Amino acid sequence: MLSLSHVLTLSAILFAVSVVGIFLNRKNLIILLMAIELMLLSVNMNFVAFSHFLGDRSGQLFVFFILTVAAAESAIGLAILVALFRNLRSIHVDDLDHLKG
Amino acid sequence: MEFMIPDFRPAMPELFMAAMIVLILLVTTFIKDKRRSVVFWLCQFTLLASIYLLFQVDQEYRAVDTHVLLGLTFSGMYVIDSFGSLLKGFVCLAVAVTLQYGRVYMAERKLDSPEYYLMVLCCALGMMILISASHFVTMYLGLELMSLSLYGLVAINRDNIGSTEAGMKYFVLGALASGLLLYGMSMLYGATGSMQIHQIARTLYEHGAQDVVVIFGLVFVLVGVAFKLGVVPFHMWVPDVYQGAPTAVTVLISSAPKLAAFAMAFRVLVNGLFDLVEQWQQMLMLLAAASIILGNLAAIAQSNIKRMLAYSGISHMGFVLLGLLSGYIRERGLEVDAINAYSSALFYSIAYLMMTLASFGMVILLSRNGFEAENIEDFKGLNQRSPWFAGMMMIVMFSMAGIPFFIGFFAKLSVLQAVVMAGYFKLAVLAVVMSVIGAFYYLRVVKVMYFDESSDPMPLKATLGFKAVLSINILAIAFFGLRSNDLMQICALALRF
Repeated sequence: MLSLSHVLTLSAILFAVSVVGIFLNRKNLIILLMAIELMLLSVNMNFVAFSHFLGDRSGQLFVFFILTVAAAESAIGLAILVALFRNLRSIHVDDLDHLKG
Repeated sequence: MEFMIPDFRPAMPELFMAAMIVLILLVTTFIKDKRRSVVFWLCQFTLLASIYLLFQVDQEYRAVDTHVLLGLTFSGMYVIDSFGSLLKGFVCLAVAVTLQYGRVYMAERKLDSPEYYLMVLCCALGMMILISASHFVTMYLGLELMSLSLYGLVAINRDNIGSTEAGMKYFVLGALASGLLLYGMSMLYGATGSMQIHQIARTLYEHGAQDVVVIFGLVFVLVGVAFKLGVVPFHMWVPDVYQGAPTAVTVLISSAPKLAAFAMAFRVLVNGLFDLVEQWQQMLMLLAAASIILGNLAAIAQSNIKRMLAYSGISHMGFVLLGLLSGYIRERGLEVDAINAYSSALFYSIAYLMMTLASFGMVILLSRNGFEAENIEDFKGLNQRSPWFAGMMMIVMFSMAGIPFFIGFFAKLSVLQAVVMAGYFKLAVLAVVMSVIGAFYYLRVVKVMYFDESSDPMPLKATLGFKAVLSINILAIAFFGLRSNDLMQICALALRF
């Protein structure tokens, strides 16, 4: 039988993968956006698991809001990425080095 | 569970603003390009009318109950209290001032598209929702509405490499922060079974707060809040975004969102997780000390004034946290001193709001089409070009440095008083020493203005409205310095919970 801690462990692993993906990835900005999506999805899994095991529906409701906002967020992220690519002709993370002081 | 129609009255300002955003969106499709000022004035009207509505609602609730001004509506998702009303009033005012500062700047660079105005209004709406949120859902939605608009605004100059790069950096780190915040929220939800702030506080009070899941949740939520405030070690985005964004947008990012983030920190930590105060007090101490040290030291090395102001903002946020953490004294628990400490933090963030608006307003004043007054050198010999505005800039810099009889001095003083009352002498000494070091880079700007020869003979070109608003803003810094007790009283009254 699947227990709460199983689901929480899985979502913690997914969360850790996404954080590591953001910090270790030095190549591609699109992978960064994917890692952010993964992070939000792992949080969703957490909410659903808690909601199920607590017998409280508000957690599942929050998931819908998170999904909607995540869609808007990635739309804005991709829009900025396109604008950046037109100026920079590259989506390498290391090329983002014009702002320095 | 029965569905009840919520009481819409307390949320009137937000509902009005949301309706106006839709209306302005409609209007913009019908007006010609030359009539941009219609959009501008509609936005100003919306913001000022929202302040009026806020005042009305506040009065109404004060009349119902003079003692506790706290009402919940939308199933406990939305709170109305005088703390929120005060902050929302200042947020609307700050956004209105921001729009006025940015008007000519954006028009000269052909960036004053209707989207700019709409995103600024959406950002204001997000901040108002965030300030009044008493439930994780409203808090998250308000925060995202604010942040998503800001990501777009930073990258609005889309043919400029700095602007888009700053937008990308802000987006990635901001999304990371809201992910961490959500993870913390999910942990708190799992541990307490509720997402309503007051409900969480009650559960923690009844069942104890020593659960490891709760601590886990606290840490993640704190990271998210610290990121939005821009305190060390979550400050990496601040200088880059301030530098890369068009200055008219930098004014916005540096001012009102900090107030909203402060409100979020207050609601989560003080209203919600007060039973964990010993844990978060320690964490805030680390964050505050690190921000004050790093902010002041790094600002010395900057030659770009926007970056310098960014680092100075980091150290100012450290001071706000100092006020926030001094509300609890281990032996005595919550007492009168707590209200003093929280009101000092509130006072500090309002003072910082005025000073940051004024300082970036000065940067905009010196810029013109094709020329960004980004470097401290661009302030050379300002006294010869315009003695009035050189004097004004001097007031702002003195106030930020904490030189007596301007608002910044009294803000620092009240925070330090609270820290000493709470018994953290070392922290207070550290803060004083670092602000003395920080005075160096503020005074350098004054020195450059008065004692260096101007390399730029162009007279200052700005509209009368801009000059008037900037002067009023800066004179308010001096005025509230002399009448600091009045503002302090207002802050203390707002926090009488």
